Amino acid sequence: MDEPLLNIRELHTEQIGPIAFDLIQQRPLVLSGPSGSGKTLLLRSIADLDVNQGEVRLEGVARDQISAPLWRRQVAYLPAESAWWGKHVGDHFEELDRESLASLGFDVTVVDWEIKRLSTGERQRLALLRMLSRKPRVLLLDEPTANLDPDKTTAIETLVQSYCNDQDAGYIWVSHDPLQRERLGAARLTMQDGRLQDSVP
Amino acid sequence: MNLIYLSSLDLALASLLVLILAGLSWRLRLGLQQTLVIAAVRTAVQLTLIGLVLKVLFGTIHLGWLSLVALFMLLAAGREVMARQKHRYRGVWGFAIGTSSMFISSFSITVLALVTMVQPDPWYLPQYAIPLLGMMLGNTMNGISLSLDRMTSGAMQQQAIIEARLCLGDNWTEAIADLRRESARTGMIPVINAMAAAGIVSLPGMMTGQILSGTEPVEAVKYQILIMFMITAGTGLGTVTAIWFGSKRLFDTRQRLRLDRLR
Repeated sequence: MDEPLLNIRELHTEQIGPIAFDLIQQRPLVLSGPSGSGKTLLLRSIADLDVNQGEVRLEGVARDQISAPLWRRQVAYLPAESAWWGKHVGDHFEELDRESLASLGFDVTVVDWEIKRLSTGERQRLALLRMLSRKPRVLLLDEPTANLDPDKTTAIETLVQSYCNDQDAGYIWVSHDPLQRERLGAARLTMQDGRLQDSVP
Repeated sequence: MNLIYLSSLDLALASLLVLILAGLSWRLRLGLQQTLVIAAVRTAVQLTLIGLVLKVLFGTIHLGWLSLVALFMLLAAGREVMARQKHRYRGVWGFAIGTSSMFISSFSITVLALVTMVQPDPWYLPQYAIPLLGMMLGNTMNGISLSLDRMTSGAMQQQAIIEARLCLGDNWTEAIADLRRESARTGMIPVINAMAAAGIVSLPGMMTGQILSGTEPVEAVKYQILIMFMITAGTGLGTVTAIWFGSKRLFDTRQRLRLDRLR
């Protein structure tokens, strides 16, 4: 059997856990559960943004063997609401990939767009592209399609899937939509009161 | 060089002005009279006390006593920096970051100025050391408290931005670079403005004092320039130090933004 991409044991914070599960590349995960059940806290802990204890491994390498910035570059968390610091879109990208830009309906002129003129949906799609441009191995996606119409939602699903195939990456996707999980062909993780419930295989 | 001595009657006349203002405040129902009188009494008492302390200190030239007074001044300034913060660091850090930055900047620059530029004999002659240190502390205190306040409230407001950068794999110094720059600006702007306006808009206090006590204006100006440069260097050094310590404290060893370290 392949080594899991992400291997999590005894992960806990003051609010959530202990939590244990594996993420394998061929089997992405959709994380669901009532609001306040700790889905965001779980993703933040995996990305090491909140103080947490436990064991998290990326392809067998323990998290504390890797510097925090390098870890977050490889195990990348995409918050539900994106934040931007520069004036223009281009200030936030290290490199631009025409193909993935085009798949979400942008072209290279987007670099000159002003951040404050972007719509919520545009921000959301660009935040995903910004993250993918750093080439992460694991994507922790916090409701990435929450405010998007069905067309854009499908485009994002397709982009994430093809990125993961190309880059041997995996993802955990927070979603409340059972149809979305079916489309993604993902296994389900359900959270309740800060813990994982027995998931349906 | 002739110093006109002020009599008690002169001071009494000056205090009459404050009393008239207090009367006016009472008549116009401004509600300021009580605070005004208390502040005026504090001025008189505090300055008289410091006058007596300085008189004793100037009479006994001893490095030990001088250090004790300097330490007291430093701790008082450190307390003031802490009191001016909207979001303080929890625990001992709230006091330590500001105070250590002031110590590093004010003391080193004052000693440097005394030993290499002013050169009294001995170098710690209280008549020079205390006023110089006082001016340094007073100004670095402003710079440090302004910049720390800017940085901690900025970190609170810009949490999403700082964490977005961390998420993309930036290290903590990159994630907080913009905020550091803004904080340094906020801390330094007052001294830069003071230098630009000196002599045109405002006659600096020390120069005015020296001229009143009979010093040749050009000599007074030389001292003032020296002081202004010292203050600028001290404020810059203190601000940079405080921003460094302060921003470092906002992150832990795993480079997480730790706003729980602020209150």
